[in-house]
Amino acid sequence: MSDERKLSYGQAFNEAVSQMMEADPDVFCAGEDIGAFGGVFGTFLGLQAKFGEHRVVDTPISEQAIVGLGVGASVTGLRPIVDLMFMDFICVALDQIVNQAAKLKYMFGGEASLPMTITTAGGGGLSAAAQHSQSLEALLCHIPGLKVVMPSNPYDMKGLMISCIKDNNPTVMIKHKRLLGMSAVVPTEAYEIPLGKGNILRPGTDVTIVAYARMANEALIAAAELAKEGIECEIIDPRTLQPLDADLIVDSAKKTNRVVVVHEAVRFGGLGGEIASQIQELAFDYLDAPVTRIGAPFSPVPFSPALEQHYIPDAKTILAGVREIMQRNVIRG
Amino acid sequence: MEISTTKQFDLHRRMVRIRLFEEAAGRLAEANRLPGFLHLYVGEEAVASGVCGALNDDDHITSTHRGHGHLVAKGGDFNRMMAELMGKATGYCKGKGGSMHISDTSLGMLGANGIVGAGSPIAVGAAFANRYRGRGQVAVAFFGDGSTNIGAFHEAANMACALHLPIVFACENNEYGEFTPRHKTMAITDIVDRAAGYGMPGVIVDGMDVIAVHEAAVEAVERARQGGGPSLIEAKTYRYYNHHGIQNLGLKYRPDEEVATWKQRDPIFTFEDRMIENGVATREKVDEIWAELRQDIETAIQFADDSPYPTPDQIMVDVYTKSSTSNTTVGTKS
Repeated sequence: MSDERKLSYGQAFNEAVSQMMEADPDVFCAGEDIGAFGGVFGTFLGLQAKFGEHRVVDTPISEQAIVGLGVGASVTGLRPIVDLMFMDFICVALDQIVNQAAKLKYMFGGEASLPMTITTAGGGGLSAAAQHSQSLEALLCHIPGLKVVMPSNPYDMKGLMISCIKDNNPTVMIKHKRLLGMSAVVPTEAYEIPLGKGNILRPGTDVTIVAYARMANEALIAAAELAKEGIECEIIDPRTLQPLDADLIVDSAKKTNRVVVVHEAVRFGGLGGEIASQIQELAFDYLDAPVTRIGAPFSPVPFSPALEQHYIPDAKTILAGVREIMQRNVIRG
Repeated sequence: MEISTTKQFDLHRRMVRIRLFEEAAGRLAEANRLPGFLHLYVGEEAVASGVCGALNDDDHITSTHRGHGHLVAKGGDFNRMMAELMGKATGYCKGKGGSMHISDTSLGMLGANGIVGAGSPIAVGAAFANRYRGRGQVAVAFFGDGSTNIGAFHEAANMACALHLPIVFACENNEYGEFTPRHKTMAITDIVDRAAGYGMPGVIVDGMDVIAVHEAAVEAVERARQGGGPSLIEAKTYRYYNHHGIQNLGLKYRPDEEVATWKQRDPIFTFEDRMIENGVATREKVDEIWAELRQDIETAIQFADDSPYPTPDQIMVDVYTKSSTSNTTVGTKS
């Protein structure tokens, strides 16, 4: 029975938090509307009733102070989970994230650790417009001291969230808003998925697709379609973007000789550039074609569904990208 | 409030330690022996000393870019401080932080901070943790007048009051935000006016009078410890040297007479006069203390001079804490 128990992506997050709060009295949550209301996406539902107001804390709308609360509480020994409602709001708290949380340990000569998790909700697809839809993960991955996690399914969500909470560094757990209702079998017991370990979502031989969060699911749809054309895609979901499992990606590139990197964030300066660069540094001689990057155009996220549906990459975009890279060949000398 | 003889000597000692450390650091900087920026606390000694004199060892403080005084007042070790200022491996931060990030978490000193205003939200977090654990510890956020103009201060003060946390906001109003006088950057004269807006009590004290600061701090710390919530202390004080360095930039942004007037109310010398006048100390005793602490400074400079620089292999050390749950290497390949 329990083996078949299904949870949504949002419920898997909730269960991870709940089980870690049961296991460790130093774990607490703080954020806007997360108490009685359960969070605007319902991901904290029931936690305040279960653990009390002192452990599930409703805060003012003060992103700097919310992250600062996590910094100060973690550096003095607690294990905070601080929630920033939308990923766009990290910008309001960037000093505390970038200049404080990420750097205190280093600046203090190692004499500090900050076991805090910043949770937030990223991604588009809800007509939430340019300030509530962004994918800003590349910005965070650029900062030494942070770890950045973006799960693509409920199973990974639970295991990665538990690892984030147990990790002794500032980690950023980015929930994708459009995946919150995604349902899948999730074990009832607490389990960890190590940060920095990617996953082969689908094995294949002809082309590698590197994709995370919602795009990993779009890649799966595209791969099913491409299989009908005789193209076998290997889908690599890095799951953690910092640290990045470059080994898994490079090994796959060496096997398939073709790589498409997909993300919802804008292409310019996105993670795709870093991933493509590492592949060419470490597997240049294996490549039959330049690495393809698929991402959003270099504009803010538009509001109207008529625009947004063309803005965010999807299975169709990935199909086109794969078909194109399959046409390209280098002559091996 | 009766301040015991022992406590008076304790406060005096904290101030003299700060003065000697800062004067020595200033001389070393003038001689180009310190890399980086240097923000000296000279003139403001009564604030850090009066407040930290009201704290226990396990209470927490956050500091500012002008942070040496706070660390000294919390019990900082001269040797490790001087070594850090020189960028040596034996320094508090192993040469990775320097003056602006000097810290000793074992003393509850959660770091000087290069970002104006950033310490206050961190102090709120420490205060939250202190109440959460229920061991009666408090947190103090030190900050300048200028930092009350930045959003982080507002968010921190409001959240501390909304959550009724055991915290003291200790404002060092030295009348200048870097090189710009306070009256050009805010329409109020007293920072304490802001306290009411958050729903916390606030008090103005003479920041050149260590006893006045200490009495206010004892009251505010006790309020926090007893569950009475946050309070704000505004200490009117003055920095003798420039925003950074000594005077070597030749900047003229404040009249010499103003500096001279404040120096006449020097927090250490006036307190010594009082102690002697009240029969608490003698001139000989005071001179003895200075001589003893001067020796400590000379030892610290020697220790720092003799210490090795960190080796390049230390660059990648302590970027991350090793985790019990993840044995993967961090960072991407380079």
